[in-house]
Amino acid sequence: MPRPVPDIPNASMADIAFLLLVFFLVTTTVANDKGLSIQLPPPPEAMPPDMDIKIQERNLFKIQVNSFDNVLVEGNPFTGSPAELTDMIKKFVLNYGADPGSSDNPEKAIVSYKTDRGTSHKKFIEILDAIQAAYYQIYADNAGVTVKKWLDLSSDLNNPENRRLYDLGRKKRPDGSVEIPMALSIAEPTKIGGK
Amino acid sequence: MSKFKKKAAVKQEIPTSSMPDVVFMLLFFFMVTTQMRETSINVKQQLPEATQLKKLARKSLVAYMYIGEPKKTDQWGKEPKIQVNDVFIEPKDVIQWVNSEKAKLNEFERDQLTVSMKVDSEAKRGIIADVETELRKANARLLLYSTLQRRVEN
Repeated sequence: MPRPVPDIPNASMADIAFLLLVFFLVTTTVANDKGLSIQLPPPPEAMPPDMDIKIQERNLFKIQVNSFDNVLVEGNPFTGSPAELTDMIKKFVLNYGADPGSSDNPEKAIVSYKTDRGTSHKKFIEILDAIQAAYYQIYADNAGVTVKKWLDLSSDLNNPENRRLYDLGRKKRPDGSVEIPMALSIAEPTKIGGK
Repeated sequence: MSKFKKKAAVKQEIPTSSMPDVVFMLLFFFMVTTQMRETSINVKQQLPEATQLKKLARKSLVAYMYIGEPKKTDQWGKEPKIQVNDVFIEPKDVIQWVNSEKAKLNEFERDQLTVSMKVDSEAKRGIIADVETELRKANARLLLYSTLQRRVEN
C-alpha cells in the first residue's frame, strides 16, 4: 500500500523570499567609486631647495579662485560656464606658438590652479573638472576615441590595447617622454578667507 | 437595453505560480551585489558633481576618507571634520592612518595605495589642503576626489 507523500506547504515561500528581498534591497548600497583622479607632487622636503625653475609667462595658464568662489582666469574675472573654460584651456595647450601670448607647445604648457582656504570644495571640483576635461578631450581626439572611452581605458592600463591607445592619445615619443603631459599645478591655498 | 455587455466568462487571473522564481532571482541578484557597509559615516556627505570621472581599478588598493560637517553638530561642532574608519582624526594623524592602511597591503602593492576622498560640497579647501600636505609627507600620492556623475544635457 502506497504511503502518503508528505507535502511541505510552499504557499508562503514567496512571502519569505519577499522578506529577504526587501532586506537586501534596503541594506544594499550602490558602490560609488568614481571621481576625479589626480596625483599629488612629492613632499616639499624631497624637492631640491634650489629648484627655482623659470617658467615663461606665456606658458602659464593661471586660474585663481577666492574665498567667495569668484574666478580669475589669466588675471581677468571669469563668469562663463565650465565648458567655456575647457575651450580656453584647449586653445592654450594646442597653441604651438601661434599666438605670442599663449603657450609655445603642449609640453611646456602648464595650468596653474590656485585656490583660497575658504574656497568651497564644490567650486574646486567644478574648475578641476573643466581643466581635466580639456586634456581628456585632446587625448581622446588624438587616440580617435570618445572621451568616455578614453576615461574607461585610462583606468585599466594593464590591457595592451588600452596602453597603446593611451600612449597614442598622449603622443608618447619613442624615448619615453610625452608630448602632451597633463601639467596641472595645484598650488597651496592662500590664507585670506577661511581658517 | 444596456450598452455594456456582461463580462465574458473567461478566467482573468494572472498566474502566480512562477512568482517565487522571479522573486528568488531578484533576491539572488541583490545578495550577490550587496556589500555591507563596514563603517557608519558620521559626517555630511553631499558629494559634488563632475563629468570627467574615472573608475578605480582595484578596490583592495583603496583607502577611504570622509570629510564634512559632523552630523551631530551639538556634540562635535559645525566645523568640517575628517573621518576614517569609525573615528574623527586631525590632519596630523593622517600619516599614521596611511601607514596603517599600507600595512594591510602586500609589500609590492604599497605604493599603489589610492586615497579616495569623499568630501562634502560645503567643506572648504583649507582642511582638504592640510590633508593633502600630510598625504604628500606620507607618500600616498594617488588621490581620487569622489564625485557624482553630472547629467549632461545634449
